Amino acid sequence: MNVATPPDALAAEGLDVCYRVRGRDRVVLRGLDFRIRRGESFGLVGESGCGKSTVALAATRYLPRNGRVSGGRVLIDGRDVLELDNAELRRLRAHSVAMVYQEPAKALNPSMPIGRQVAEVFEVLGSPRREALEKARAMLGRVRIADPASVMVRYPHQLSGGMQQRVVIAMALAIRPSLLILDEPTTGLDATVEAEILDLIEQLRREYSTAVLFISHNLGVIAGMCDRVGVLYAGRMVEEGPTRAIFEDPRHPYTVGLLRCLPRRGRSKAQGRLDTIPGQLPPIGAQITGCIFAPRCVLADDLCRAVDPPPVRLSDGRVSACHHHERAPDLPTTAPPARRLAVLVDQAAVPVLSLDHVSKSFGGGAVTVRAVTDVSLELWAGETLGLVGESGSGKTTLARMILGLTGPDAGSELRINGRALASHAFQRHAAHRKSLQIIFQNPDTALNRARLIRRLISRALGKLAGLAGAERLERLHALIALVRLGERHLDVRPRQLSGGLKQRVAIALAFAGDPRVVVCDEPTSALDVSVQAAILNLLADLQAERQVSYVFISHDLGVVRYLSDRIAVLYLGRLMEFGPAEAVFSGPHHPYTEALLSAVPSVEGGRPERIALRGEIPSPVRPPSGCVFHTRCPRKIGAICERDVPQLREIAPGHSLRCHLHLDELGGAQAPAAADQASVS
Amino acid sequence: MSGLRFVLRRVALSLVTLWLLSVIVFLGAQVLPGDVGRAILGPLADPRAVAALDHKLGVDRPLLVQYWDWSSHFVTGDMGRSLVYRQPVGPFLAAALANSLKLAAIAFLLVVPLGIFGGVVAAMNVGRALDRIITVTGLSMTVVPEFVSSIVLILIFGVWLEWLPVSASWREGAGAFTQFRHLLLPAVPLVLVLFGYIARMARAGTVEALDADYTRTAVMKGLPFRTVVWRHVLPNALLPTITVIATQMGYLIGGLVVVETVFHYQGIGSLIYNAAKAKDFPMLESGVLMIGVVYTIATLIADVLYSLLNPRIRFGGRE
Repeated sequence: MNVATPPDALAAEGLDVCYRVRGRDRVVLRGLDFRIRRGESFGLVGESGCGKSTVALAATRYLPRNGRVSGGRVLIDGRDVLELDNAELRRLRAHSVAMVYQEPAKALNPSMPIGRQVAEVFEVLGSPRREALEKARAMLGRVRIADPASVMVRYPHQLSGGMQQRVVIAMALAIRPSLLILDEPTTGLDATVEAEILDLIEQLRREYSTAVLFISHNLGVIAGMCDRVGVLYAGRMVEEGPTRAIFEDPRHPYTVGLLRCLPRRGRSKAQGRLDTIPGQLPPIGAQITGCIFAPRCVLADDLCRAVDPPPVRLSDGRVSACHHHERAPDLPTTAPPARRLAVLVDQAAVPVLSLDHVSKSFGGGAVTVRAVTDVSLELWAGETLGLVGESGSGKTTLARMILGLTGPDAGSELRINGRALASHAFQRHAAHRKSLQIIFQNPDTALNRARLIRRLISRALGKLAGLAGAERLERLHALIALVRLGERHLDVRPRQLSGGLKQRVAIALAFAGDPRVVVCDEPTSALDVSVQAAILNLLADLQAERQVSYVFISHDLGVVRYLSDRIAVLYLGRLMEFGPAEAVFSGPHHPYTEALLSAVPSVEGGRPERIALRGEIPSPVRPPSGCVFHTRCPRKIGAICERDVPQLREIAPGHSLRCHLHLDELGGAQAPAAADQASVS
Repeated sequence: MSGLRFVLRRVALSLVTLWLLSVIVFLGAQVLPGDVGRAILGPLADPRAVAALDHKLGVDRPLLVQYWDWSSHFVTGDMGRSLVYRQPVGPFLAAALANSLKLAAIAFLLVVPLGIFGGVVAAMNVGRALDRIITVTGLSMTVVPEFVSSIVLILIFGVWLEWLPVSASWREGAGAFTQFRHLLLPAVPLVLVLFGYIARMARAGTVEALDADYTRTAVMKGLPFRTVVWRHVLPNALLPTITVIATQMGYLIGGLVVVETVFHYQGIGSLIYNAAKAKDFPMLESGVLMIGVVYTIATLIADVLYSLLNPRIRFGGRE
């Protein structure tokens, strides 16, 4: 350690970590080398199973019982973490390093008030109880919790996800650590909440000059938050360098592939397939000679398969572990460029699905939850309708009503191909039931674990298509070919398949009865980006081949944009905007849509100026008067917003929205807003 | 749902349970044996004597009237007269219940701390030899019937070592310590049976809590291990154990027939057993219903305790 310069906040030197599974050591991290300078923010990206979280656990010496560091060193503030005795380790955790991770609900002790949990951090540092509580209150204020005193006495389950994560961040930053480790801190939160949390972290980090190790599968989040970034693949750092350089000019085929998988801003299915990375991650602990990425790399040659590429130091402080790093940018794409005919919608025909004044309220009397209020939508054959909105906006309730799992209120009307649709699935005609299918977010819980895939699909064919015998077998093979599964995937159980393959099985089940409308509820949220791209391609292909329609729910607006023809924006169960995907994205759009769009992190360099939404989504028991969005609207005009419910008005053919603002004043309007002519339409 | 409403709902549910139990007990003891008078007097008795007894007992009245008569008296504390002793059932039942409660209390005070301690220790050493020893021993003892363990214990500690009295009955007016000495040996078989259950629950809860994210949060705060365990692990780990313990309380009071018989102890178990043998229906009915009441109260206490310790129930959801 050099005495003159302060030591790095975190340094990994040739770090090897292995997990002992069934009596064998399996290598999870191999020879990891990287350092985070004081006050620097370093992002670690990679797909699930590549060892991202293991880095964090090794650095804080919190590996699970079967894990151990089998080689190399980890230094925090210049001290070797592995050499510390218990007391020193406690001191390190109390003073120098803090951690925030996914699922704040689980990170907080469910049976202890928030205030006490935050105060503990100060008690460890020697503050007496009273003083610690006082400091805790101040710290909760710093993470912009509006009413710290009342939050102090609450329990974790009484707070929203965003609030919980603020509390965790408050505990982490309270000690002004020299290193803050963030492991997927915003995964699972709404985009608007995510944006706020990221802003908060960014601001406090600069203020406290804390170094950050930011672990995420979301490349957009990393791009907006980090000075430098490292790309992990199967426990190897394959590329590392300044964020801008890595994202704009990647020099490892894996990084190139990852970036190409993402549906970029404004990209839609009409512009062709998404690129994917063929193959899958080698199993943990696999012995591979040569480059670990070679089996999935288009550039791989004999050299790659024989010799493990050493990290090559390139200009501007980047390192790439590729023999052919100079050729990486020209990596051939794997997807055929174009593949489908644009869907022609015959507007004279009837829509395949129509919702007319659909409402749903739960409970009754003083505590009526109005989950969906007066939503009218149409879905045409071969089209995708994207449903967009924060959690609590009514997306899921709407989808459940379409599927007949939740009965709508009286006066609501649902039609399929112009024919009235009964409210409950069990009252519906068999033909209607099989026309409406669903693909769930999590294929793990959607598939029966005890059954072979063959049995699952056969049963669906029997139930939905009414097939048996040879005919069923024939359709079974046609169906698995349709979802690009192989014969070898039939005689296994779900747990033997990867997440992407399981989702293909789920898609096969949904398509067994030749459905007309498939509700896709976050179908790619649990998947890695390269797998997500393959599933999105599959859904788009199936749509083009079969003219099936989708109701597509996702919190990822890039994904929604890619697959959707029309988009409906929901807020507190009301339809705020409905129109062609392109028009909704490019504007003019509703202030709420505008805020949602501005919250999306993107890999194309910094986010646009984010439009902050104040506070949280109001309670659906007591929705605000007038326009329900007025309490959070950044473009609120005045009393009229609180008094009058804006009508849904058509601003362009097929594009309507619900706002008192004049067309020119809406965000994204082509003409610059005439600010002085604040007129109300 | 607020805490008070939760408790009230639980109480209401308990009352429904007890009512159902009373119906079942009534039907089982009063209706199923058919002719009560005949059952008591035997097959050779004069039919007129049977009819007279039936009338005297009131069993020739309509069922609903009988049920109302019986249950309304039970609620006011009048449990009828024993057919064998020709005296009110109440005092017998009270004395037997008090005896059973004494035995149960001693067993309870021994097994709960032991079981929880064993489970927590096993969880702290999960996968190691100590964990295996505690888990396997607990499980093995659970499957040994009480009459086997009772007799082995009597032979070792009562007959061979002569440390403890082999009978649970003590002389009239014996002091608390003597009573305790007499009850220690009968309590041990119960402890052996319950230890496994409680330790297993405590172990499972602790293992889960040790692996929980909030425990990681606490460790990462730099708290000493002792504080992490006492403040963060145990309060969350032992919540489910409380429910198990309470349901076992019911067993401790009602299911002691074997132990009470082996040790000649006048508890409610042996009372019911003898009443059934002697066809003493009022005694039998009241005894079973009394165990039901105790069981229900134990479960109710567990539920209330659980809700008091669990803020999710105490404070309901998000506002």
